[in-house]
Amino acid sequence: MRPRLNALLGGTLMLLVLSTATLSALWTPHNPLRIAMRSRLQPPSALHWLGTDEMGRDVLSRLMAGAGTSCLVAALTVLGAVVLGSGIGLLAGFARGMVDRLLMLVNDALLAFPGILLALGLLAVIGPGQWGIVAALGLAYTPTVARIVRGAVLSLREREFVEASFSIGNSAAYTLWRHVLPGTVSPLTVLATSLFGWAILAESALSFLGLGVPPPAPSWGNMLAAARPYLESATWLSLAPGACIALTLLGVNLLGDALRDHFDPRSRPQ
Amino acid sequence: MSLALDHAAAPVAASTAPLLAVEGLRVGTGSFHAVEDVSFCVAAGEILALVGESGSGKTATGRAILGLLPPGLERLAGAIRLQGEDLAHVTPARLRALRGGSIGMVFQEPMVSLNPAMTIGAQLGEALALHSDLDAATRRAACIAMLRRVRISDPESCLAAYPHEFSGGMRQRIMLAAVMLPKPRLLIADEPTTALDNLAQAEVLDLMVELARDSGTAVLLVTHNLGLVARYADRALVMQRGRVVEEGPARRLLAAPREAYTRQLVAAMPRRTARPERPTREILLEARGLVVDYPGRVRLLRRLPGKRAVKGVDIVLRRGETVALVGGSGSGKTTLGRALLRLVEPTGGQLLFQGQDVTAGRGAAVRDFRLACQIIFQDPYSSLDPRQRIGEIVAEPLRHEPGLDAASRAARVAETFAAVGLPGLDRRFPHQLSGGQRQRVAIARAIVRRPALVVADEPVSALDMTVQAQILALIRQLQEERGFACLFISHDLGAVVEVADRVLVMQDGMIVEQGSRDAVFDTPHHPYTRALLDATPRLDA
Repeated sequence: MRPRLNALLGGTLMLLVLSTATLSALWTPHNPLRIAMRSRLQPPSALHWLGTDEMGRDVLSRLMAGAGTSCLVAALTVLGAVVLGSGIGLLAGFARGMVDRLLMLVNDALLAFPGILLALGLLAVIGPGQWGIVAALGLAYTPTVARIVRGAVLSLREREFVEASFSIGNSAAYTLWRHVLPGTVSPLTVLATSLFGWAILAESALSFLGLGVPPPAPSWGNMLAAARPYLESATWLSLAPGACIALTLLGVNLLGDALRDHFDPRSRPQ
Repeated sequence: MSLALDHAAAPVAASTAPLLAVEGLRVGTGSFHAVEDVSFCVAAGEILALVGESGSGKTATGRAILGLLPPGLERLAGAIRLQGEDLAHVTPARLRALRGGSIGMVFQEPMVSLNPAMTIGAQLGEALALHSDLDAATRRAACIAMLRRVRISDPESCLAAYPHEFSGGMRQRIMLAAVMLPKPRLLIADEPTTALDNLAQAEVLDLMVELARDSGTAVLLVTHNLGLVARYADRALVMQRGRVVEEGPARRLLAAPREAYTRQLVAAMPRRTARPERPTREILLEARGLVVDYPGRVRLLRRLPGKRAVKGVDIVLRRGETVALVGGSGSGKTTLGRALLRLVEPTGGQLLFQGQDVTAGRGAAVRDFRLACQIIFQDPYSSLDPRQRIGEIVAEPLRHEPGLDAASRAARVAETFAAVGLPGLDRRFPHQLSGGQRQRVAIARAIVRRPALVVADEPVSALDMTVQAQILALIRQLQEERGFACLFISHDLGAVVEVADRVLVMQDGMIVEQGSRDAVFDTPHHPYTRALLDATPRLDA
């Protein structure tokens, strides 16, 4: 019963976020970019359900518009990191020897930097902006994924069913695709969901430094960053994007667990 | 063997109160009972065997005595008395004092039951430090004396060594030393040698009986192997599905079992039956001077010396015959089996399949050879991809079979499932099957392409006795029907005696003896063969 509930709750949350993001492209209560200095920092009211920010912009509208940006950035980041990282991890874990050592040498050197610092450096090269963030964060998270996948592959490739696959004449590529890669799905889904959370937070940190989604376009990260000076006087400003991030992370995590269980036949009833 | 005899001859103190009395024990959770109404006694100095197959509740019974049940199981009813003291109602502190002090326990897996991060000395001293007031120097001396007793050479340096530096058999001997140091009154040994080959098994158990007799310790030997019961136990208790089926003196129980289940267990013991005379047929696979080297590990800038696992072996396998390859762990038999199929690349020598050289390359002859030779692995839990349905697993080898459309492929898979006795189960996942059923799937995968040769690498050593007998019968029957040759790799001469036409004995990377089954079993020439035969648990021992 519990797993079903997880999937249901996670699915609902994610559906809510995604539909809001889609909706915001067509309609928001107010124009998220319209500045009205006379009505700045208003508490929630019937007109502005979640109040207005330091430039008088409607917070609800900006949240809706930001949902798309934040989730897109995070999802693309995770996708990039997972694809690239699994490729490297599979190659290193399966080939072993010299290939593994070279790949992991570079990988470990990159892992030694905090992800955000690496992204900062990369952003300086790529240039700031939404795509810059995706590329920089994606590359910054790749070494973590590569490490995890390599570990999983190293243990999977010693299992006898991999040897069995060779013994019936399958090629290395087929064996890798059919028998090894599926085994990495469980650790990968867990990792990907937490990466999704980190990516949203990192995006907000980079936006805070002025390297992320450039103002005035809203993202949850830059809204949270902009709300910081008003934490005491206008609490709703930081609460709203904070709650959105938290709920999205909860949704992603629950959904990730449900997906992992779904992909693992052993968790199905006997 | 003589030890067990002497022991059985010694008068058992039946008149005095038993050392351990278990009455009406029930273990389980809710409505599920793993152990139901089990009662037995262990007299001081007696060796009692608790016999049963997986799921019989024998391990849960052994663990309940120490209060070490796994999560999810608890003692629901019954009394456990050690010299009159009810272990079910003592304080946790008292129970801890008894554990390791009055009751010792040896676990199944020597690889995991010793802490890899602690030196042998630290682990040996642990129980003594807890349960005695000896000073450090006396404890050290006692440890060294005990290690010498379990025949560890150079005990002083052993104290400073870590578990990974020892083989499985040595580790289990060290474990035994650790448990026997405080001279417990009862030793619970739960499948202590299942993970070991026969030679190491005999060594460990001979020592266990010897140490137990010296310090007057009673032993509760939990095992599935009737051969061990015959060899070491005074009395035996047969369990099935949580209940005691039969109890009695080991000798009587094995010679004249009263209950149907016991008879079934005894019947499952391998026995030698006449093999049909076969004309000598043409050579299928031949290895000439086969050598396999494992490269050493690379440490910084230099490569550590590697290991030569197979040292120039000549083998001839003929069509339709069953050849057993026997040896202890580390003898190179598994590597040789893999190298014959080129799952491990040979470093030297020649491999001929139907007269064609298939030692290297990927030519047409090599491809035919690959497709015609299949392998069955030891561990049916590891050799099946947990994410594939068993129908997919068995169909997979047919990917490389030319000229088979989907319908005839499905027909072939269904026919193979029927042949191994698993009709209609192809939608299941491996985890939904029992160990025996999984091994049947592995066999189906090996024979679905109608191979000329099947290498079976310890195909039954991970299975229960009755299941072992069934799988051996299945292999034999399939071989009769389909006429493939089989290289049967095993450390257990007992399993070999049932199926083999010829026997090859391997030691240290070389074939030291070979001949027909009866010649090797009746008149072994090499001392290693004789040692293997002596170490094989048999009912008539």
